[in-house]
Amino acid sequence: MARKASTQRKVLVTAIAWTIAFLIFFPILWTILMSFKSEGDAIKAPFDMLMSPWSFESYAEVQTRSNYSRHFMNSVVISLGSTLLALVIAIPAAWAMAFVPGRRTKDILMWMLSTKMMPAVGVLIPMYLIFRDFGLLDTRTGLVVVLTLINLPIVVWMLYTYFKEIPGEILEAARMDGANLRSEIIYVLTPMAVPGIASTLLLNVILAWNEAFWTLQLTTSAAAPLTQFIASYSSPEGLFYAKLSAASTMAIAPILILGWFSQKQLVRGLTFGAVK
Amino acid sequence: MTYRVRALLGACAVTALSTAAMAETITVATVNNGDMIRMQGLMPEFNAKYPDIQVEWVTLEENVLRQKVTTDIATKGGQFDVMTIGTYEAPIWGKQGWLVSLNDLPADYDVDDLLPAIRGGLTVDGELVAAPFYGESSMVMYRTDLMEKAGLTMPDAPTWTFIKEAAEKMTDKDAEVYGICLRGKAGWGENMAFLSAMANSYGAKWFDMDWKPQFDSPEWKATITDYLELMTNYGPPGASNNGFNENLALFQQGKCGMWIDATVAASFVTDPKNSTVADKVGFALAPDNGLGKRGNWLWAWNLAIPAGSQKVEAAKQFVAWATSKEYLETVAAKEGWANVPPGTRTSLYENPEYQKVPFAKMTLDSINAADPTKPTVDEVPYVGVQFVAIPEFQGIGTAVGQQFSAALAGTMSAEDALAAAQAYTEREMTRAGYPK
Repeated sequence: MARKASTQRKVLVTAIAWTIAFLIFFPILWTILMSFKSEGDAIKAPFDMLMSPWSFESYAEVQTRSNYSRHFMNSVVISLGSTLLALVIAIPAAWAMAFVPGRRTKDILMWMLSTKMMPAVGVLIPMYLIFRDFGLLDTRTGLVVVLTLINLPIVVWMLYTYFKEIPGEILEAARMDGANLRSEIIYVLTPMAVPGIASTLLLNVILAWNEAFWTLQLTTSAAAPLTQFIASYSSPEGLFYAKLSAASTMAIAPILILGWFSQKQLVRGLTFGAVK
Repeated sequence: MTYRVRALLGACAVTALSTAAMAETITVATVNNGDMIRMQGLMPEFNAKYPDIQVEWVTLEENVLRQKVTTDIATKGGQFDVMTIGTYEAPIWGKQGWLVSLNDLPADYDVDDLLPAIRGGLTVDGELVAAPFYGESSMVMYRTDLMEKAGLTMPDAPTWTFIKEAAEKMTDKDAEVYGICLRGKAGWGENMAFLSAMANSYGAKWFDMDWKPQFDSPEWKATITDYLELMTNYGPPGASNNGFNENLALFQQGKCGMWIDATVAASFVTDPKNSTVADKVGFALAPDNGLGKRGNWLWAWNLAIPAGSQKVEAAKQFVAWATSKEYLETVAAKEGWANVPPGTRTSLYENPEYQKVPFAKMTLDSINAADPTKPTVDEVPYVGVQFVAIPEFQGIGTAVGQQFSAALAGTMSAEDALAAAQAYTEREMTRAGYPK
């Protein structure tokens, strides 16, 4: 009886989990389906749209109209560059906060997070003027710097929570064995925190890849990443759903694939330290 | 001899190099619409004439583009050499001195050929601050078969009373056919574009000569009451979320008897590839109430050169080419007359070939029926038919649009929506320091 109940429970939980997963994935699925339709079919009622013939015409048109590879390379450089730079800054910062906390460490952590609470558009004009004066408008360097600064609080926070899980005694032992600070961070702390660092890296690559305010405002053509590629296919007056869907699918495909292959790492990192 | 040949070759090489070095790249910011995308495909034609000018395109969705070019021009960022701007921005930016004057375009550009209604909206203190690339108005599109079934004949210039009668007779909710589809989605360029134009034909206005908001006037009340009555009784369900694209989809699927919207829609609804009702569509002027103003708007996408550009001469050559008569002929030769950007030049409408295009005449008549400098029955202190060309309007227009959209959704009454619109507009205008 008990076993039956538990099987039923398992089935129920699994069904709920699948339903939630499906609901979350549904908009992406619908975008992908719509991208394989013609413009006329894409605006039909949902059932008629599904039944209409499949075609690659939207992909063909997007390919001829836009330089996908340039936008793609810009996205790769900007998201990877900003994440790596953020890690280089955040690892020592998180180390200091986790292992040698001062009286104000908690305040500093909160203050860093508070910078995320301001609407970005509030600093658009000052940022634009700084970028103009330093010649950083429409450059990858400029975007790497901005995205590093934007994601830095999250990176520091994530690493800080992971580092807190590592027993300080191990680092002390390393010090007893004569390791200096640099070796302690590089050879002892970092290898132990690899799952945490990896999931921080992945999550921030995704965040930087999807960032669609600064990447749109601070670029024109040379450094424009995939967010601008998507924005060029939307319109308040016209037929564009199929092409927009095709462009969106092409823009999210790389990150979807990356997420798929690294999901074990991602989940392990996110639950790291949760079960002891 | 050899020396001479060498010297000559050397000179040639230097000249070639310097020509290459002289080649300039101009960056053009533009919206994503059919006519603009077509122009990008015609760049080889431009380069054949101007081999020294390379064009880098930045195509963006309208609202993203507006935010971006506004930031760039206000900070003199200099990222763009040519910007696509609407008739809303042109007078405001022109007044700020942000745009390069286009009064010195070459004689063969024939500036007097531009449609007066369009040109008037782009001229600030006698200076042409932007060149029109494509113009549009709004009109009635209706199903000829349903009109016939209802036993009615659509006049060329209908009244609102006729529209109401036709909407009632065409509606068959069991068959999912709705007499009329109108914009309901909130936004200064969404429902407020339609409602401001409709209000003009009712004799209503945004502001009086002292810049006092007029939503407490009987004319606005009549406008909103009639709009809500039409949409509640004969409109599609969920209309408060409908914009251009949603109504286009409904009309193409045969679910609307009439649709009053941008003239550009005509080419979509008559396209047999995408529309199930392509051969059953008729056109008429936007309705009126016998007060001398029709409920149609006027909009144009224009090319302008920001004052911060370092390549003004090259940019001017590009703007002159893109908005010339020659460009219209190039498009006609390559893609047919129906694909020529409409609504900018008188000569286009005098061309017998273009007159054969269905909806060409109705587009021209609609554009001519709107005057941005005299938009409504009474005199007003502002320029703009379906908008008020002041910087504060985007925010105010959208907030007011939200009230009317809520009234359509049934969450507030017409009276409450008008009172809220009046209070909000009064507050914002006082804060902005009007009357100026």
